[in-house]
Amino acid sequence: MGSTVTAPARTDPARIRNFCIIAHIDHGKSTLADRMLEVTGIIEARQMRAQYLDRMDIERERGITIKSQNVRLPWSPREGEHAGVEHVLDMIDTPGHVDFTYEVSRSLAACEGAVLLVDAAQGIEAQTLANLYLAIENDLTIIPVLNKIDLPAAQPEKYAAEIAHIIGCDPDDVLRVSGKTGEGVPELLDRIVERIPAPTGVDEGPARAMIFDSVYDIYRGVITYVRVVDGRINSRDRIKMMSTGATHELLEIGVISPEPKPVEGLGVGEVGYFITGVKDVRQSKVGDTVTLQHAAATEAIGGYSDPKPMVYSGLYPVDGSDYQLLREALDKLLLNDAALTYEPETSAALGFGFRVGFLGLLHLEIVRERLERESNLSLISTAPNVVYRVEMEDGSEHVVTNPSDWPHGKMNAIYEPVVNATVIAPSDYTGTIMELCQSRRGSLSGMDYLSESRVELRYTLPLGEIIFDFFDALKSRTRGYASLDYAEAGEQQSDLVKVDILLQGEAVDAFSSIVHKDKAYSYGVMMAGKLRELIPRQQFEVPIQAAVGARVIARETVRAIRKDVLAKCYGGDISRKRKLLEKQKEGKKRMKMVGRVEVPQEAFVAALSNAEPTKK
Amino acid sequence: MTTTLPILGDTPTLPADPSMLDDAARAAVPTTPFGLYVHVPFCATRCGYCDFNTYTSDELGPGANRSEYAATAIAELELAARVLGPEPPEISTVFVGGGTPTLLPAADLVAVLDRARQLFPVAPDVEVTTEANPESVTPESLAVLRAGGFTRISLGMQSAAPHVLAVLDRRHTPGRAAAAAREARAAGFEHVNLDLIYGAPGETDADWDLSLQAVLDAPVDHVSAYALIVEQGTKLARRVARGELPMPDDDVLADRYEQADRVLRGAGLEWYEVSNWATDRAARCRHNELYWANAHWWGIGPGAHSHVGGLRWWNVKHPAAYAARLAEGSHPAAGAERLTPEDVALETVMLGLRLRDGLALTALSDAGRARAADAVARGLLDPEAHAAGRAVLTDPGRLLADALVRDLTD
Repeated sequence: MGSTVTAPARTDPARIRNFCIIAHIDHGKSTLADRMLEVTGIIEARQMRAQYLDRMDIERERGITIKSQNVRLPWSPREGEHAGVEHVLDMIDTPGHVDFTYEVSRSLAACEGAVLLVDAAQGIEAQTLANLYLAIENDLTIIPVLNKIDLPAAQPEKYAAEIAHIIGCDPDDVLRVSGKTGEGVPELLDRIVERIPAPTGVDEGPARAMIFDSVYDIYRGVITYVRVVDGRINSRDRIKMMSTGATHELLEIGVISPEPKPVEGLGVGEVGYFITGVKDVRQSKVGDTVTLQHAAATEAIGGYSDPKPMVYSGLYPVDGSDYQLLREALDKLLLNDAALTYEPETSAALGFGFRVGFLGLLHLEIVRERLERESNLSLISTAPNVVYRVEMEDGSEHVVTNPSDWPHGKMNAIYEPVVNATVIAPSDYTGTIMELCQSRRGSLSGMDYLSESRVELRYTLPLGEIIFDFFDALKSRTRGYASLDYAEAGEQQSDLVKVDILLQGEAVDAFSSIVHKDKAYSYGVMMAGKLRELIPRQQFEVPIQAAVGARVIARETVRAIRKDVLAKCYGGDISRKRKLLEKQKEGKKRMKMVGRVEVPQEAFVAALSNAEPTKK
Repeated sequence: MTTTLPILGDTPTLPADPSMLDDAARAAVPTTPFGLYVHVPFCATRCGYCDFNTYTSDELGPGANRSEYAATAIAELELAARVLGPEPPEISTVFVGGGTPTLLPAADLVAVLDRARQLFPVAPDVEVTTEANPESVTPESLAVLRAGGFTRISLGMQSAAPHVLAVLDRRHTPGRAAAAAREARAAGFEHVNLDLIYGAPGETDADWDLSLQAVLDAPVDHVSAYALIVEQGTKLARRVARGELPMPDDDVLADRYEQADRVLRGAGLEWYEVSNWATDRAARCRHNELYWANAHWWGIGPGAHSHVGGLRWWNVKHPAAYAARLAEGSHPAAGAERLTPEDVALETVMLGLRLRDGLALTALSDAGRARAADAVARGLLDPEAHAAGRAVLTDPGRLLADALVRDLTD
């Protein structure tokens, strides 16, 4: 990085290459990124730690990237047209999960090229394919790469042919690297410089930069990552957010290489970060355009949209006195998660909690895990549900995010969100996958053989059908070989009903669920059966009913307890027995009362933990 | 003689000598009948279900072996007399339990009783009970006990079915308990009790009926019937945990209880406590009634509990440690607690509700009284007794007594 022509704010756009890596979980993206950091010399081997760019513990543990990262790498190609000329490579590490498609799309929009990274032993996966299509739509130059060629199980010929078939290149164009040994990494960097176009932008015009990520740091406030499209942003400028018109003073502007480094400014095509002192990522929205307060641009870059929750779940503290703590934890998480929405809700059964909206199931899982881990909370989450739209006969319309709010009265039509799902699997499993998708009310919209032995199936499925255990069922039926991706695809009218679960005639809101009419019975039987096992016997008989409206569709009974007395109570037993009673009374206080029925916390946790709508 | 002991209450006071029983406790002593319990911590073998403080070895250490035990127990009796003196309370009941008291020579048990008579005033109608195993009494030993002042004997019969006795590790033959009861009557015992256990793995309704009939064939005026409890740490618990034996089923236990009540009542034995039946008031065990009335008693022996004037304490469990404490002149208590008014209130309900005579509704809080009315509506408390100001369990209520105690004391 000695050359002044590649110094931040003064870099000739012709020397810049902005790229991202599209890969499936486990296909070695983070390891390849680690090797790039080493090969380009910005980090020495002894400072290296695995998955350098994944910052959150959850990211390292799960091997996934949740938040985007970026890093500025110097590279002088060793041969070809640009041999010996130092270039700036900006790698933007994208989230790799369907829940974060919007974030991915913004990361892709910040690049001119994408490295398509595929495990040479596994071939391309559905999610990779979805992101690849997204990259192609964004006119990105694709550099296909097979990773893990050091593995004994690698089949580079087979998967090079598969990739060539998908993106329409020559199998020989598919580079072969090993993120583990570093083999092929310099060649890949050379190829990036050679093939990926340099950014173009108007140097002298009003500054415009696109936010592709923003993260909250407890010490520094919000750190906003941007790609400058036009003009220049200098460290003393006041900036303006085009979506809201809010202006901020820049406290710092810099690049990541691989640690944050303040610079005097960022010019056309450059990627970097800035800090303004705001404390909430909502003030620095992904996809928004940043310009200068004075000499502001008039037109935003485009492509911005507000995140929209797809899945809702109620979150309740196991210990009711932790409610305030949960609120604080959510508030804290909100600073760093622009997609999270929540509002207080009260459940007759679970007490005070929040109805929380998520981008998808992984998002839900991550939020829950972070709440529990970072704030030491123990939580109950109700079965996740999607958003329904109900048109009533009188013409009114309800948007239902909580089964408890399901409207009464005559309904004209009920709409549920659907997704276009892509499943890629070995073709042996085609039948099983079709069976599964059909059982989840899917309709086949297309099917392609990626190679002789691998098939891509495209289904339209109700989102509500895949948010429970669809992915688990898919994995278990295909011995782990299938991969899944889905993207929202509007809504469809469906015959849906609300199934209530009643204890002693009283509906337990936490157990209500919206299911397809044909599945109401199996859901009711499953839930009633489960609760019969979970609810301790009471002094009276407890009927458990599943009902659709006033119609009971399943019934179980917890028989009344007949004996609750210790046989003996003599002189030496009195203290012990008194203490036992006191303990039992404490336990009784922790019970949730549903009418007169005492339901232990654990029963809610167990009943809701894997409340599949159908039996496995 | 002062010793430092773990105290569960807030005031670390132990009656190690007379000066240590505080004035309030001392003042409370004459307000209730006073009982004496003597624990005999020996058994020939340990039964699989038993978690009592008992030992099968006869080499427990100085003062703790069977031959020396009476002298050791007498040492604590003397300590008790000093603590409760100078005017110790009149003893209204004595109960010798175990373990197997009759593993000691009858003369030893009589010697302990004799010493108590020397140290304490004794009521003219004193009830003196000993527990006994059917196989450890003889007409001769029974005669010695009777002559020495014992008035009541409680024999551990458990079951009349051989396979049930085997599961319980009981050594006697099925007929022996009834025979021992007859021998006791012959020896002049006024009151004879047989103990039964129901719900053991493998027991059938027919087995239980056989046991009940066997009891009724014997000359008893009192029967105790206990649901088998699988106590933690027992051999039985380990066998259940390993899956060798099924856990007793609560519904079966409820059936057995109802069966027992039906049969015993038919033979003229009425319940007067959840697990105890007697032919009439005079046949009730007054010593146990004293526990249930939250009265005062001193427990002699390792692991024995005492309750005097709101102070409850329990002795060290091992006979050798117990004997050593007494040998060095210190109190053998291992721990103590001073009952708070809340403790006393809870215990009063917990104990009183189990009785046929029930509990005065005034012992309950306002909320408790409201729940008592609800319990009447649910058929768990007797409506007539309730109208008369008492909480008395109905037949189904007896089986749910603990649940009701929790309800009434919220």
